[in-house]
Amino acid sequence: MEYFVIIISAIFVNNIVLAQFLGICPFLGVSNKVSTSMGMGMAVTFVMTIASLVAYVLQYGVLVPLGIEYMQTIVFILVIAALVQMVEIVLKKVSPALYQALGIFLPLITTNCAVLGVAILLVQKEFNLAQSVVFSAATALGFTLALVLFAGLREKLELTDVPKAFKGVPIALIVAGILAMAFMGFSGLV
Amino acid sequence: MNKLQLITKGLIKENPTFVLLLGMCPTLGTTTSAINGMSMGLATMFVLIMSNIVVSLVKNVIPAKVRIPSFIVIIASFVTVVQLVMQAYVPDLYNTLGVFIPLIVVNCIILGRAEAFASKHGPFASMLDGLGIGLGFTCSLTLLGIVREMLGAGSVFGAKFLPAGTDGILIFVLAPGAFIALGYLLVLFNKFTARLR
Repeated sequence: MEYFVIIISAIFVNNIVLAQFLGICPFLGVSNKVSTSMGMGMAVTFVMTIASLVAYVLQYGVLVPLGIEYMQTIVFILVIAALVQMVEIVLKKVSPALYQALGIFLPLITTNCAVLGVAILLVQKEFNLAQSVVFSAATALGFTLALVLFAGLREKLELTDVPKAFKGVPIALIVAGILAMAFMGFSGLV
Repeated sequence: MNKLQLITKGLIKENPTFVLLLGMCPTLGTTTSAINGMSMGLATMFVLIMSNIVVSLVKNVIPAKVRIPSFIVIIASFVTVVQLVMQAYVPDLYNTLGVFIPLIVVNCIILGRAEAFASKHGPFASMLDGLGIGLGFTCSLTLLGIVREMLGAGSVFGAKFLPAGTDGILIFVLAPGAFIALGYLLVLFNKFTARLR
């Protein structure tokens, strides 16, 4: 039940993009087509889950015992950057097909604030290991859901006649606002 | 480019928020009020100026291959400084801005300026560049904060101008209002700069 609440809350109620404003760059940048946004979502899900597992181990295995919690920001960002590189190398060797699908998105993920954000959030929320993994996987699913929904809307938006000043990002932001409003409807769930 | 241009270009011509569309997460996430937006902008500006200076000082020592990780370490160190100082002196503000303070480290504006400007210019020019872009970012965040606070809470910098007993349009303080307010501000900015050109 506790895990169920974490999952629902991370996907719908506190959606990472539409309620917490993390990962806006890929949300606006790679949401032109449904297929690419699916790829990006999968890559983020993969990296985010591994990254938060590693972040958890580092936080409670290294930083806390040594009493250097203030090094959190530096350690986490370096580990995530290194991890993305490693995932890229391993994927290339182990599963070329998956690498083909996710490869171009992986370098973009290093600067994706959602990955670092989730690592910091799970420490702040004082989750245990299992909760952390469930939380980060669910958050990443929420990210994918928002991205794919938004890409679908933007595909339609391409075909509509928008006033010149609204073209491109402004109208996309306003549409994202309406989507965020729709997600507010979930707020009574948990 | 002369020194004055270095400082003023960030306000309109190369405005990081409205023209380059960088650093969107803190822009949307922290501008629930004018004061929050301004504090976030100032914190980012501090990190930007300091990291620009340090990057331009060490640019000849760092091998090209490891420059990006080195830049990230420099930026992260200054972010940690900001974190500790804010925690000590303005704990309320620190809690309000929450996760966005450590996330300054992944703000693409800062790494972007380190790579595009500070790694090619001297320390003084880099400092001015950081100041200019930082001012532009701070101004945009403050502006968005003012608009959202006015519409959402009926106040400016905490001073309420609506008569007692009336409320603002709450949605502008909540998540959807951030997207919508920024969208319309971008439209106005496009209109305004199109006439300038």
